Amino acid sequence: MSAPVRVFVPRDACALSLGAEAVAAAIASQARKSGTAVELVRNGSRGMFWLEPLVEVQTPDGRVAYGPVREEDVAGLFAADFLHGGRHALGHGLTERIPYFARQERQTFARVGLTDPLSLADYQKHDGYRGLKNALAMTPAAAVQALIDSGLRGRGGAAFPTGIKWRTVLGESSPVKYVVCNADEGDSGTFSDRMIMEGDPFVLIEGMTIAGVVVGATQGYIYLRSEYPHAEAALNSAIDVARAAGLLGDNVLGSGKAFHLEVRRGAGAYICGEETSLLESLEGKRGVVRFRPPLPAVQGLFGKPTVINNCISLASVPTIYAFGAQAYKDFGMGRSRGTLPFQLAGNIRHGGLVEKAFGLTLRELLYDFGGGSASGRPIRAVQIGGPLGAYVPESQFDMQLDYEVFAAAGAMIGHGGMVVFDDQADLAHMARYAMEFCAIESCGKCTPCRIGSTRAVEVIDRIVDGKDPEANVHLLRDLCDTMVAGSLCALGGMAPFPVLSVLNHFPQDFGLPSATQPAAAQQ
Amino acid sequence: MAPDELATAEVVRSAIDLHAQRPGGLLPLLHEIQDRAGYVPPGAVPQIAKAMRLSIAEVHGVISFYHHFRATPPGRHVVRVCVAEACQSMGANALVAHACASLGVELHETTGDGAVTLEPVYCLGNCACSPAVLVDNDLVGRVDARRFDAIVKQCREAA
Repeated sequence: MSAPVRVFVPRDACALSLGAEAVAAAIASQARKSGTAVELVRNGSRGMFWLEPLVEVQTPDGRVAYGPVREEDVAGLFAADFLHGGRHALGHGLTERIPYFARQERQTFARVGLTDPLSLADYQKHDGYRGLKNALAMTPAAAVQALIDSGLRGRGGAAFPTGIKWRTVLGESSPVKYVVCNADEGDSGTFSDRMIMEGDPFVLIEGMTIAGVVVGATQGYIYLRSEYPHAEAALNSAIDVARAAGLLGDNVLGSGKAFHLEVRRGAGAYICGEETSLLESLEGKRGVVRFRPPLPAVQGLFGKPTVINNCISLASVPTIYAFGAQAYKDFGMGRSRGTLPFQLAGNIRHGGLVEKAFGLTLRELLYDFGGGSASGRPIRAVQIGGPLGAYVPESQFDMQLDYEVFAAAGAMIGHGGMVVFDDQADLAHMARYAMEFCAIESCGKCTPCRIGSTRAVEVIDRIVDGKDPEANVHLLRDLCDTMVAGSLCALGGMAPFPVLSVLNHFPQDFGLPSATQPAAAQQ
Repeated sequence: MAPDELATAEVVRSAIDLHAQRPGGLLPLLHEIQDRAGYVPPGAVPQIAKAMRLSIAEVHGVISFYHHFRATPPGRHVVRVCVAEACQSMGANALVAHACASLGVELHETTGDGAVTLEPVYCLGNCACSPAVLVDNDLVGRVDARRFDAIVKQCREAA
């Protein structure tokens, strides 16, 4: 009997949401019926969500893709001999030659979709734990310097240099230190944290372990949002595997260094994505934002020095140590080094994950990769960087994706999530929603955010109702200014950005004449 | 005590045993109770506070801060409809209107037959397959009115 054919059906939550479980079951049952030996691998997603569930078959030439596969397509696939790469209407040829995939520069996501997420052997076969071994061979100071040299900046949105945080924690003399992963991926339009936790959980575990052994922390926590049950299951399984293999525990890889790791579940509070609020929540309290200073690197979790980094930042660490800081830094432009897993979401034809070096334009991302809107109508605006990000108009689509270029235009790249809206969108409604969201999610500590957001909703309603628009627009801008300058954290401090961007670029949606907006006021 | 209350009291006791001594154990403790009992009974708050050496107000403050925790039992199934921006760009507002109208409830309410509690949620991480819905722990993508009705039918048929 010949060796079983390897068939890949993703277990990624997005693929599951489109019926992957039923497809996997149908393939297994059809294989039994036809007496064919099939080895089903439940991989992560390749990130081409319009093709999910994307079924792949291992052939001597490489992996051949079929999708989107529904349960009822399975019999036809067998009839077309898809187990040997046979031609079928749903066929796309070799997965890695699909242009959307082939044009990417996958570093952090190198293994996602390729490997079995819970197979440590698979992980190690694809360069897994090379980074940790290299990091253990370096002095802590040299290891921190390497991270600084790589140019990696916080991928959660704030873009603060990751290595600087590590250096501060390393310099603290406390016997107890912590590593915390911010996996409270609450921004609409973002799913890269979820994909990596489900599709390659070991890379996050390795990244956190490197952080621990470098700065001298022995306990790590992954603060995961409660809306991600699949990621929680994948992480817990992977942690068990890593612990059993001596990659976590009292003696990591025989180094004599200890690192323990635990997943902690959030409870549906958006504000807990803010790092000090997250630490409060981890301590079992209300997620109320802390004053800074002291910085978490000095007094973080339980008052101890804490490395707190975004999930993608930590997942980018192993590749930096495996292949060197320079190899990572060679990607990108200006002060935006390396790659970012951009996420195309909302009203987009080819939604998914695109990992590219910084520097491509928004238009390339939206059209060359995204293929335009899902509805086929013109793209009118893109909200970038989550609910606190600006609505970027078509006139700015030629901007390069670079932290500084975006900041100069009053926008932000943030976590790299892009929510696309077509010309049917009511952006005044979306502006109102930004403030409504801020009011619901405010932790209540500072007045501009707690009260300003509610007042802003009221003022926006008055503008939309045509009540003294000139005075109310003035009032709204003044209120936004107070929130930006006077809020303790980014929730109140940035909720005005989507509002101002709509006022500036789409005033007609508020029922305002577009001509009254001087270019100088452009935010 | 009724059998239900007895079972809930046992859930609370075992959650306290498992989590009260852990660093930052209050959230894991509350999750344990809600995962098993479906909600955090207000009557359990004094007991939790005592075990954690906190005031009743502090425990109540934590429960009420987080959207996820509920103080009343949910329906047999909890259906969470995403109302974040990506899902709005693909018609989530119309989906919510349909959900409320077809179930005869507002958001946060439970249908009369106790089958479905309807909740809004801010992002399920399925933003390229909007609108998204989480049915208990199962994620469903590209949900339109027809698909939503099928979900509800399944919820009602399941126990």
